[in-house]
Amino acid sequence: MGLFLAILGAAIATFMAGIGSSIGVGKAGVAAAGTLAEEPSLFSKVLILMLLPATQGIYGLLVAFLTLQAVGVIGGGAGEISTVEGALYLAACLPIAFSGLFSAVHQGKCSVAGIQTVSKRTDTMGKALIIPAMVETYAILALLISILGINGIQALNL
Amino acid sequence: MYKPKDEYIYAVSRIRHRETKLFTKKHIEQMISMPDAESVLRFLAEQGFGATNKLTEEVDPIDAEREKLWALMKELLGDLDCFDFLRIQNDFQNLKAAIKAQYSELSTDGLFMSGSVYDPEELAKAIAEKDYSSLPEVLREVGENAHKTLLKTADGQLCDMIIDKACLETVYAFGKKSSEKIVRDYCELFVASSNIKIAVRGSKLLKSQSFILDSLAECESLNIRTLASASAKGFEELLSYLSTTDYKWAVEHIKVSLTDFEKYCDNKLIGLLKSQKAEPFTLGPLVAYAIAKENEIKAVRLILTAKENDLADSVIRERIRDMYV
Repeated sequence: MGLFLAILGAAIATFMAGIGSSIGVGKAGVAAAGTLAEEPSLFSKVLILMLLPATQGIYGLLVAFLTLQAVGVIGGGAGEISTVEGALYLAACLPIAFSGLFSAVHQGKCSVAGIQTVSKRTDTMGKALIIPAMVETYAILALLISILGINGIQALNL
Repeated sequence: MYKPKDEYIYAVSRIRHRETKLFTKKHIEQMISMPDAESVLRFLAEQGFGATNKLTEEVDPIDAEREKLWALMKELLGDLDCFDFLRIQNDFQNLKAAIKAQYSELSTDGLFMSGSVYDPEELAKAIAEKDYSSLPEVLREVGENAHKTLLKTADGQLCDMIIDKACLETVYAFGKKSSEKIVRDYCELFVASSNIKIAVRGSKLLKSQSFILDSLAECESLNIRTLASASAKGFEELLSYLSTTDYKWAVEHIKVSLTDFEKYCDNKLIGLLKSQKAEPFTLGPLVAYAIAKENEIKAVRLILTAKENDLADSVIRERIRDMYV
């Protein structure tokens, strides 16, 4: 049961952050396509803005990887772990799961607006990049807590 | 056509880039200071205004630019239903032209406005044959009524009044139906300001209360019965009523002149659209762009006509409206 809960946590972190990133990148991608239809020379600029919401999916993957490693599913040595320990791993995965999902969706919206700003005024690239990057802060904070949680559980030696 | 909110991201992104190509106040000032219409036409050609792929035939740049606008909107949205509140105004003008051309036994060549919802030639044919049933539903009753009135009374002003009122009512109905706040606000301001213009003209021409009331279209922000009554009582009474409404800003402009008021109303409509510059997801920026482009086309037409008739630059400046960008 403990192992199941830990793997469930890893799965939730991966798919929720991944869903958020795919929605965010999808929205920004549509805006990028619209801009490129009018001005193909803006490709490199809009690509950066479009890829910003992709990071949450990577954070989810990283947390899932660390969880699976901690319980021995990756690297071998997977044994029985207690239900409490499994539940703790599940809890540690939740910050990046939820924060990844919502921050990626909203960062995608910010990226859309940023791409449209660059489409209208190419000299505003720096400013247009900073605005969606601010949303990233909250995904990074969640990632930090999830990593600290996983490391902390390992140190508890339950 | 209903679309989920995010469905407009692609279209809005394209429009944002197109907005950079709209004429600014600087472009307009440059055209005004040109010596003649040929110089303006050369400038328009350099800017790509009215440029088409039709190399073999001579095309009116204004018609071509309008065609390009609606072709772009059709490409982005699939249909133009959401712009009916704007385009239907051209149909009412075309209906007016068709009725008067038939009455005066004149050709309709060059009388029709482009960018309408319905084919103007079809309207002209229906009016000429008095086959009102073949008119589009929205123009059927008003077309028959206005045409019969003109034939019976030979009163062109009455005919115009019938059509203009129906136009305002139709625009208002489209506005009410729209899910876009910007369209609703635009239609409300458009109809209310048109009502005020009618009331001011009615007051100056000493028209009766019932004539003025018959010319006004219902709208939420003005009580048209009180407006007609105040207008019939006199100019001062009208201004006094307006100063108690949401349109108290109109009073000082009406006092200057009706032209000044008309210009201020158009600038206010353009000002209303400027909020759409910060809207990334909805239909609003497309509506704003279409109206801004129509405003630009009107400004170009005004400058060309003025240059062809050797009007002073100051006269043009007095009539030019604010630009969206």
